Amino acid sequence: MVNGDFAANLLGPPSPMASAPTGSLPVLRARGLTKIYRMGEVEVLALDGVDFSANAGEFDVILGPSGSGKSTFLNIVGGLDTPTSGDAWFLDHQLANADERALTRYRRDHVGFVFQFYNLVPSLTARENVKLVTEISRRPMRPEEALDLVGLSDRMNHFPAQLSGGEQQRVAIARAIAKRPDLLLCDEPTGALDSKTGVVVLEALTRVNAEFGTTTLVITHNVAIRGIAHRVINFANGRIASIETNQTRLPAAAISW
Amino acid sequence: MHALLLKLLRELRRLWAQVASIALVMAAGVATLIIGIGTYQSLAQTRAEYYANHNFADIFVSLARAPRSLLNEIGAIDGVLAVDGRILRLAPADIEGLEEPASVLLISLPDGAQALNKLYLRSGRLPELGRGTEAVVSEVFAKARDLIPGSRLDVVMNGTLRAVTITGIALSPEYIYAMTPGEVMPSEGRFGVLWVPADLLAATYDLQGAFNTVSLKLLPGASPATIIADVDQLLAPYGGQGAYGRDQQTSHTFLDAELTQLRGMSAVLPPIFLLVAAFLVNMTLTRLIALEREQIGLLKALGYSSLAIAWHYVEFVLLISILGTAAGYGFGIWAGNGLTVLYAQYYSFPVLVFSRDPVLYVIAAAITIGAAVLGAISAVRKAAWLPPAVAMLPAAPPVYRQLLRGRNPIVVDAPQTWIIIARHLLHWPWRTAGGVVGMALAAAILVGSLWSIGAINYMVDYTFNRTERQDATISFLGPRPAAALYEVARLPGVMAAEPFRTVGIEIRSGHVSRRVGLSAYAATNDQTRLLDAHLGRIALPEQGLIISRTLARVLGVRPGDTVEVKPLEGDRRVRLVTVHGLVEGYLGLAAYMDLNALHEMLDRMPLISGVNVEIDESRHSDLFAALKATPALGMISLRSVALDRFRQTMAQNMFVMIGVLVAMAGVIAFGVVYNLARISLSEQGREMASLRVLGFSRGEVSMLLLAEIAVVTLLAQPLGWILGYWLALAMVSSFSSEIFTMPLVLGPEVFVYSTGVVIAAAALSGFIVRRRIDRLDMIAVLKTRE
Repeated sequence: MVNGDFAANLLGPPSPMASAPTGSLPVLRARGLTKIYRMGEVEVLALDGVDFSANAGEFDVILGPSGSGKSTFLNIVGGLDTPTSGDAWFLDHQLANADERALTRYRRDHVGFVFQFYNLVPSLTARENVKLVTEISRRPMRPEEALDLVGLSDRMNHFPAQLSGGEQQRVAIARAIAKRPDLLLCDEPTGALDSKTGVVVLEALTRVNAEFGTTTLVITHNVAIRGIAHRVINFANGRIASIETNQTRLPAAAISW
Repeated sequence: MHALLLKLLRELRRLWAQVASIALVMAAGVATLIIGIGTYQSLAQTRAEYYANHNFADIFVSLARAPRSLLNEIGAIDGVLAVDGRILRLAPADIEGLEEPASVLLISLPDGAQALNKLYLRSGRLPELGRGTEAVVSEVFAKARDLIPGSRLDVVMNGTLRAVTITGIALSPEYIYAMTPGEVMPSEGRFGVLWVPADLLAATYDLQGAFNTVSLKLLPGASPATIIADVDQLLAPYGGQGAYGRDQQTSHTFLDAELTQLRGMSAVLPPIFLLVAAFLVNMTLTRLIALEREQIGLLKALGYSSLAIAWHYVEFVLLISILGTAAGYGFGIWAGNGLTVLYAQYYSFPVLVFSRDPVLYVIAAAITIGAAVLGAISAVRKAAWLPPAVAMLPAAPPVYRQLLRGRNPIVVDAPQTWIIIARHLLHWPWRTAGGVVGMALAAAILVGSLWSIGAINYMVDYTFNRTERQDATISFLGPRPAAALYEVARLPGVMAAEPFRTVGIEIRSGHVSRRVGLSAYAATNDQTRLLDAHLGRIALPEQGLIISRTLARVLGVRPGDTVEVKPLEGDRRVRLVTVHGLVEGYLGLAAYMDLNALHEMLDRMPLISGVNVEIDESRHSDLFAALKATPALGMISLRSVALDRFRQTMAQNMFVMIGVLVAMAGVIAFGVVYNLARISLSEQGREMASLRVLGFSRGEVSMLLLAEIAVVTLLAQPLGWILGYWLALAMVSSFSSEIFTMPLVLGPEVFVYSTGVVIAAAALSGFIVRRRIDRLDMIAVLKTRE
């Protein structure tokens, strides 16, 4: 499949892209994504026919209450999980029916993840944690460069236990971006942080988005963050309830909670 | 406490695989203890009762011939309780279905009750006079040759062929381990004991009113040494060959050596298992407590005392120990009984006493539980006494250190995954060391036992290919003139014949003396060779002795020293003879001399005891037929038969032993690796999930754990080899006795096999844990705070 076919395959109304980078094509698309978890006797409908597309270079914030399906959605587009039905593509990678090996390859080559609990390897220093990823990537930046981007060049040789929460999260971001991913997926990246530290982390994210044009999806409970996005996707009951487009974006430094 | 108990049981169920692998190690320890000590006790008890019920004598002596009236004098010696004079004769026998001639030991059976060494009649009846030649036969021989009451066999008694009718099958405490005199393995099927009425035997061998063997039973507390001296003095004029105690009675000493080995095994193996079990308990519990730290805080906040919480975890360990002990009891009793029965078949016991001191079970349980609780204490101590507020907080994250403080002198850019593995192993140095030691012990158990196969092969090669290279030995029934050599050389199929002479001697240096067989060969002899420690050939000196290294050690002599030699037959004057050299020899105390030198020393006409022959393979049958036709010539023992039998017996014993040891070492190796891996997975599950998210494949993530296992396993090998070497050394010295020494032959294959078994067990547990990694739920792990 070539990029030209994308538009033809898109379902639903074209997304409003007023403030998104102009002239870009959708890199991420989903159609009718449905996920049902079976927990014993009970079936839980986590995603209920979600259609979505994001263009290259977009910075989207995903809002929604617990259980609204936003994390399930992120996991599927990140190649951590597969849908019960529906389709999802990253460029020409079919994600819905991909096997374990193809998903691993997809994550390795294209996706960077940032989680609420930083998930750094405790026995590796900041630099080594980043190196962990650059070693297996095709066109990585140098670990020092990635850490410099998140403002941690002076803490490179510290172990996670010697870093503050915000610093650890920035190491996690450096680790996620060091491979120059096409897609940066963040699940509650500031959830464990105070406002001031959280802002530093958000600045790192917007900076990466701006400098490298990395398509970025950020899940949050924190409504205050919405201002820094191109688009705000609101999840409710396993569906996308609404999509808002910010005509003007706020810099991360301008927000607080 | 009810809710805590419920928690305990659920915990046990959740961790069942780890619990089972630890319990299995404990079970192996308990089982080896019960098998070893239990079988030892059963056999020792069986033997003691057998000896007591059948009046097994304390002192034995052979002589040329003495009148029965002398028995009263012997009985009058202070300290002698009972005395029995018998006639013993070795005789060739012709057995249906056996090509080569066999031999039987004829023993006189008194008219009335036996005073000593009483028979146990398994079936049939005792022989009677006047009904032809009747005899009772030893059970092992009867079984091997399908002899039943009513069977017949031909025995050459004093030169005359006699058809002997078997009337019964019997056992004797004297022949629990029955061997052809001069051989080293029980030769079932080719050597048997026949008990014949005394009068018949006396008439046949012209020994009416006389005897040629005496057995004595001593009063409790009597000194055997002084009585032996008195007996020797009394019997000297009658060709007495020197009295000896049970410690030199063949059957007794062989059985004793076996029992000593059994006890040795029970002393070495169980502590190894218990040590490993204690380590596994400690490791597992430490992790469990780390995971339950917040629960401990909560319980304390709810009002549970530190002691109650500590007891909760100790109970966990107790339950594992009880499981392990119970499994060990079960397996130990089953296998122990099996082994006892096996021993009873190998030896000849009339009845088996399955004796197990209940104390043994108590001890086994106590030390198993003790070791486990000891392993638990340090794990429990820290956590149970934390203040609740502290315990409820998550533990401080582990602080790792950079290797070499970040300065890497060799500037190797190691992959980060290697660094993770190295730092994780070094972060828990004691646990890693414990794992290495545990795996090393598994390898050591194997090295420490598998060496014996190589050693036995070496001994076979040494004995049959290098030193005793003759195809067969023809032993005369008594010494014959040297010209008898030509009689043998003329037999069909005999290609080469070399004479030898064996004489019983008492060899003495200072106050140490031993009765040994002195073998003499002609200087030109080529079939039988004497070798030194480096397998170099030792030529027999024209004068003087060559003695075995063991004998030299016992006597405390070195080449060049002089020893006193007193022949036990013929002219018994004491001679002073120089020891010229030492020979390596694994069986018994031995002395060698040149045939002419011996003739000179004994100062009499040249006599020989037998001839070693080289045989034309294709003419075996002719030779056997000729030998059967001239039974007066003597008995033949074939090297190939001896070798086959030896290999067969060994293979049988070895197969069982190796199976058991491989299983046991496997249990240890599996237990150690499985628990290490499970704990490592529990600690690093989060990192592994992170790596998966970052795009590492399942295989790459599994490497984190498998490489850790591999490092521990490989580090353990050299240590295991060294420990195994020590274990083998300890076993060699515990096996060594005057009648038997084993060479410590450790070929590379021993290390290869041992390491192979350990690696296989490690790989199996690695494979099982790997499947858990494959099922790792990345999302669930990453969304939760540790």
